[in-house]
Amino acid sequence: MHRSLLTALALSVGLLSGCGGDNSSASAAAAHDVKLQGAGASFPAPLYTKWFKAYTAAHQSVQVDYQSVGSGSGVKSVIDHTVDFGASDAAMKPEDMAKVDGGVQLFPMTAGAIVLAYNLKDVPNLKLSRQAYAGMFLGNVKRWNDPAIVASNPGVTLPDLPISVVVRADSSGTTFVFSKHLSAIDPDFDKGVGANNMPNWPVGTKSKGNEGVTASIMTTPGSIGYIEYGYAKSQNVPFASLENKAGKYVMASTASGQAALASAALPDDMIVWASDPEPGDAYPIVTYTWLITYKKYGDKNKMAAMQDLVKYGLTEGQKSSESLGYIPLPDAVVAKATAAIQNISAQ
Amino acid sequence: MGDIDDPFAGIDFSQLELSLQRPRTLVDFLLNLLVGGMTVLSLVPLFSVILMLFWRGGQRLSLAVFTELPPAPLEQGGGFGNAIVGTLTIVAIAVLASVPIGLLTAIYLAESENTRLSQVVRFCAKVLTGFPSVLAGVFAYGVVVVATGEFSALAGAVALSVLMLPTIILTSEDAIRMVPSRMKQAAIGMGATPTQVVWMVELPAAIPGILTGVMLAVARAAGETAPLIFTALFSNYWMWSHGQVHLMQPTASLAVLIYNFAGQPFPNQIALAWAAALTLVLMVLGANLVGQSLSRRQTHL
Amino acid sequence: MPGTSAAPFAADALFQAKPTDICQAPNPLQMFVDRAFRSTCLVLACGTVLLVGFIVVRIAYAALPAMHTYGFDFLLGRVWDPNTSRFGILGEIWGTLYTSILALAIGSAFGLAVAIFLSEGYLGQGAFLLLRRLKLHLHPMWGRAPDALEQLLKNLVELLAAIPSVVYGLWGLFVVIPLIRPASIWLHANLGWVPFFSTDLSGPGVLPAVLVLSIMILPTVTAISRDALVSVPPKLRMAAYGLGATRWEALLAVIVPTASRGIVGGIVLAFGRALGETMALAMLVGNSNRISLSVFSPANTLAALLANNFPEAGPKEVSVLMYAALVLLAITLAVNIVGALIIQRASLAHVE
Repeated sequence: MHRSLLTALALSVGLLSGCGGDNSSASAAAAHDVKLQGAGASFPAPLYTKWFKAYTAAHQSVQVDYQSVGSGSGVKSVIDHTVDFGASDAAMKPEDMAKVDGGVQLFPMTAGAIVLAYNLKDVPNLKLSRQAYAGMFLGNVKRWNDPAIVASNPGVTLPDLPISVVVRADSSGTTFVFSKHLSAIDPDFDKGVGANNMPNWPVGTKSKGNEGVTASIMTTPGSIGYIEYGYAKSQNVPFASLENKAGKYVMASTASGQAALASAALPDDMIVWASDPEPGDAYPIVTYTWLITYKKYGDKNKMAAMQDLVKYGLTEGQKSSESLGYIPLPDAVVAKATAAIQNISAQ
Repeated sequence: MGDIDDPFAGIDFSQLELSLQRPRTLVDFLLNLLVGGMTVLSLVPLFSVILMLFWRGGQRLSLAVFTELPPAPLEQGGGFGNAIVGTLTIVAIAVLASVPIGLLTAIYLAESENTRLSQVVRFCAKVLTGFPSVLAGVFAYGVVVVATGEFSALAGAVALSVLMLPTIILTSEDAIRMVPSRMKQAAIGMGATPTQVVWMVELPAAIPGILTGVMLAVARAAGETAPLIFTALFSNYWMWSHGQVHLMQPTASLAVLIYNFAGQPFPNQIALAWAAALTLVLMVLGANLVGQSLSRRQTHL
Repeated sequence: MPGTSAAPFAADALFQAKPTDICQAPNPLQMFVDRAFRSTCLVLACGTVLLVGFIVVRIAYAALPAMHTYGFDFLLGRVWDPNTSRFGILGEIWGTLYTSILALAIGSAFGLAVAIFLSEGYLGQGAFLLLRRLKLHLHPMWGRAPDALEQLLKNLVELLAAIPSVVYGLWGLFVVIPLIRPASIWLHANLGWVPFFSTDLSGPGVLPAVLVLSIMILPTVTAISRDALVSVPPKLRMAAYGLGATRWEALLAVIVPTASRGIVGGIVLAFGRALGETMALAMLVGNSNRISLSVFSPANTLAALLANNFPEAGPKEVSVLMYAALVLLAITLAVNIVGALIIQRASLAHVE
């Protein structure tokens, strides 16, 4: 009796492996001569996944795959040469770049905003001044009816609830960007906490990942936390308008994000932080995210595929960023990055 | 005749009746209730989890889900066929690596008479039980991935074997020790070498216990995410191309897929994560049933 | 009288039997195979020790820079601040031990209870009684129901082990925390003076983590304990009943002590699992360095610390994390030593 069970098991495994070709975009018959493997930040992972899947479908000889492991692990994998390209929200430190023989080239591929999502039943459009939200994350502003918050929300009755701050339990690039922004706008935060993937937050309960923070916010009345704009949009989580450097209250959107990016000129190494943008219509918390490629590829086919892939991301790929909650790159940035593709060469 | 009295004379039958008024019987009854209650309570989480999996992922299950590749964000449809194949492959390799090593080590431990070395081995196995899964992944990354230059199913299997090994060693040793020694002695009496005693008497008798250990180890390994993220990574494509199966490339797995998709804000992905969790649980259940029917051919002791 | 008749004993035939009949000495090939097999087993057993040694050495090597920088203050510090490079894992050590011990207590108690329930066959006996009431107990199909039910129950308990730890984490977030929130509010309000209830539940914390962790280790304890209980020779049980013991007197005085070696083995495995459980706890334990007896306060464990920080760690932080990993291995070692000492003190003679 067990023999027939074994046969059945073997048959089913065979069937399963045999009938893999339903998805025409990656049928077993297609010859993928070049395989590009990338790993890195989880922030752009949905966008990259979409790009690379479409690219692979359109190019029969190239298969591109990407997995989010975190910016730090992505950089480590690039240094260890276990991937063909990496991705990071925190760019790459000069000392890490020096560890890679042949050098690396960073390309800003897309950008995103970080929003402050909150849970206040009767307050649909919360406005937070710089003093208010920096104070919340420092623990100085403790209740929702604090004067700092009431002042920016005329006509709105704010409840007398304690503010439950939610922060990230896991080390992440999103936290790095948010804490960098807070350090730029508040000297007390800069001195006391600082910009880091995993700063020592003075207040807040910790939840793992964007999904953990969102779940905490949605189930705790009177809570506030920072999550990615794309995430908030897809999950319909209400988020606040923030006061920017010019004193205006801006909601996160493609337009306000692009205004913020335009204010920061891109240097030659293409690493720039728009931690406190000046324009009046700019959303205050935006960041680029970078693709990290080697400057030298041993395989000519890989080099050509890599160049083509980056070009695809900078041109075709930008069309799908908005629908997923990312900010399309300004034209100047696209031009500069496209020019830098030439830096990728064969050994 | 007549010298055999009524054998039941002088016995107070009321004392022999089962009555809850007697303390020993009462305690017995209450303990029965307690154990029954604790069992029911222990099964409540199981049903709660299974219910949650069915409710959130059940409607997403369909034949397409087993044969298609993971969808891109905002894309409808798709499935996790490659993750199923990946999990089967990685766990199969891990089993092939850890079961022989673990079983032979357990045989050594069971056969040796508490020597220094066997104490050390047993101790090492116990220390290894507390090894966090993320460390197994980091270890396999350093040893296999960096050495071979790429993420692979093999590295994932190495990480999982490290996690499975202590369970297999310790449960198999106990299973072999629990075989009644009279069977072993009978075999020795017939002139069997120790190896023959092990293979022909002890192992067949200990198979249910060994299988329990293997199944526990497999169940745990199939559901671990952290070791696989650093070793097998993930892939959005099938494992084969040009008609060949490639083991030395990033491989999809159900555990990593669940972890990835559960953290994304897209409803299609989240539903697929739950469906994948349900599939994984059912797969391990299936493996359990197969293992049990394979071991059923052994007669009871 | 026996032996006085002319016919020889049947046993004489045995003593005169040639070696080829029932028993024979092993031939040289069998001796060689025996030696080869035993050497293989020895080599692999040493291999296990070498593997553990290799792992420890690798982790220690990676942890050396951090050990030089921080020394023992690392174990006593309570602040984890990458910005100022102050690292301390006292909170995590406390969290690891507290959650694991609590989970072990609950998980073993319930695990052993379920193992006893399975090994005593209550479900099968109840089903049999029901079938007898319905006069179906000898039916070809229905008669197998008790065994089938027992097997089903065994499979259900083992199914708990099949659930991925990520799913347990999600279940804890969506089901367990909302479930215990009302009870925690009541307990904190009315019994807040008890140190175990001295804070309020802010979401993830020790109690949700402990509850989920005990469910995760329960199948290990149950499966292994059940096997141990079932393999106790039936004659021991019958002897106890024959002396007039009730079911539980037989269990507690005879059967469980005989099976204690296997049961303790299961508990050791379960403790190891509890110490090293990563994913579910990373989601449920609250990830805060607080040291508090309250089961509602958030805490952090070493494994969760590793899981949360490793993906993004730079080279300096990796060294610190490896130091924490080394501490976790040392804790597992210490726990096993203590456990072995306890077992030695309390060990009973084997009944064969």
